[in-house]
Amino acid sequence: MNRLASMETSQHWRLRQQRYALVGEVCPHCTTKIFPPRDICPDCGEDARDLYQFSGRGEVYSHTTVYQAPSGHSSNAPYPVAIVRLEEGPLVTAQLTDIGDQPVEIGTQVEMVTRKLGADGERGMLVYGYKFRPILAER
Amino acid sequence: MAETKILKPIREAGFAGYGAYIPQYRLPAKEVARVWTDGKGSLPINEKAVAGLDEDVITMSIEAARNALARAALDPTEIRAVWVGSESHPYAVKPTSTVVAEAIGATPHTQAADWEFACKAGTEAIQAAIGFVGSGMANYALAIGMDTAQGRPGDALEYTAGAGGAAFIIGPAEDAVCVIEGSYSYATDTPDFWRRANETYPEHGERFTGEPAYFSHIQTAAEFLMEATETTASDYRFAVFHQPNTKFPVRIAKSLGFEQEQIEAGLLVPDIGNTYAGSAMVGLTSILDVAEPGDRILMVSYGSGAGSDAFSLRATDLLPERREAAPGTLSYVKRRTEIDYATYARFRGKLVLK
Repeated sequence: MNRLASMETSQHWRLRQQRYALVGEVCPHCTTKIFPPRDICPDCGEDARDLYQFSGRGEVYSHTTVYQAPSGHSSNAPYPVAIVRLEEGPLVTAQLTDIGDQPVEIGTQVEMVTRKLGADGERGMLVYGYKFRPILAER
Repeated sequence: MAETKILKPIREAGFAGYGAYIPQYRLPAKEVARVWTDGKGSLPINEKAVAGLDEDVITMSIEAARNALARAALDPTEIRAVWVGSESHPYAVKPTSTVVAEAIGATPHTQAADWEFACKAGTEAIQAAIGFVGSGMANYALAIGMDTAQGRPGDALEYTAGAGGAAFIIGPAEDAVCVIEGSYSYATDTPDFWRRANETYPEHGERFTGEPAYFSHIQTAAEFLMEATETTASDYRFAVFHQPNTKFPVRIAKSLGFEQEQIEAGLLVPDIGNTYAGSAMVGLTSILDVAEPGDRILMVSYGSGAGSDAFSLRATDLLPERREAAPGTLSYVKRRTEIDYATYARFRGKLVLK
């Protein structure tokens, strides 16, 4: 079954801010930055609920390439996937994009971009969310 | 009579910030010729920008808007309108603009709407935003022109139909990198290019797209605006026109009395193709990347169907510092991964998979 199709419209809607813009949380007790947002701070165990806009910058912590993609993603394969260490601390798993001819390496500096993650078939909704790409050369 | 038809708001407006986006893939025109004409015939451009598999008008608009916000150093909740002009909105029904507004943090206290007028849908949104800000209804409004243009395989448009565009935040003149001295809109019913509902590719009127369409509308709009603002070509350091190919904007510039050096900075079509609703606007971003305070800039768009929006602009002292806050347009132009026709066909969904 199509993974995207199996997700509810309400889930896409509920996750839109964290997916589109990397909005997580900052723990009001210990100031740990949290992504994805959750009820309890993973660091100090207290309530976490204050929204925090991550900068989107980070570096590749580990990476691989997906050749046998799960259904719903096969039209994009092969594609690189990485665990990214955000500059605020959390590790995030996401696709890499706009790699071009550059090799991906552990430590490659990356930035968040909002891209199309997939579509629920020909008629269903389009799903957008964060990916990471090598930092664009300035000017 | 021109001064009664020029558009001037009660409160002077300008661009608080601007941002470009161009995808990294490039399809050389000679590659299209290799497949369809045995490599023979003249080429209208060098190459065109092509959106990747995970890109569309929504994702491209989001990045351009983020660049514009960075330059304006504006809290996105200050924005009261998010307007996206395009002829490639990803949905037939469901706004591009609400996704863009949500992603940049402009929701929920905002207007949001999609605009449609072939290649001038973006400048139409700028005109409306000038009204929104210039009347005092809002302090800031975001107008975007962005496209992933369609061209039938083998058609003349396949060489040029590119991807890219730009976002502009319209705000009060005192907070602008560039003030809008006056604008003008000119529209007639001219059937030079269209795409019927549910059709994949557009139709065009061959040579009819030239004289009665592109040239007549831009010429008239530019002359009207220059008469009303009592300016001539030599008063402008830069000019940018809609760019369906390399030949048309070069010819209209000459016809209006502009020198090649005045249009060079904004002439991106040879390297990125025709970005439709984004074409004149992304050219303007490239000009703003190099303009100096006090420089005057003329921008005239053209949309099939048909109409032109003309703008007389003047760069301010805020421009040099603010433009450093986001990547320059040429950094997107130079970011280049060449693809062949087969990869292009895959990226653009031209392969039959079922």
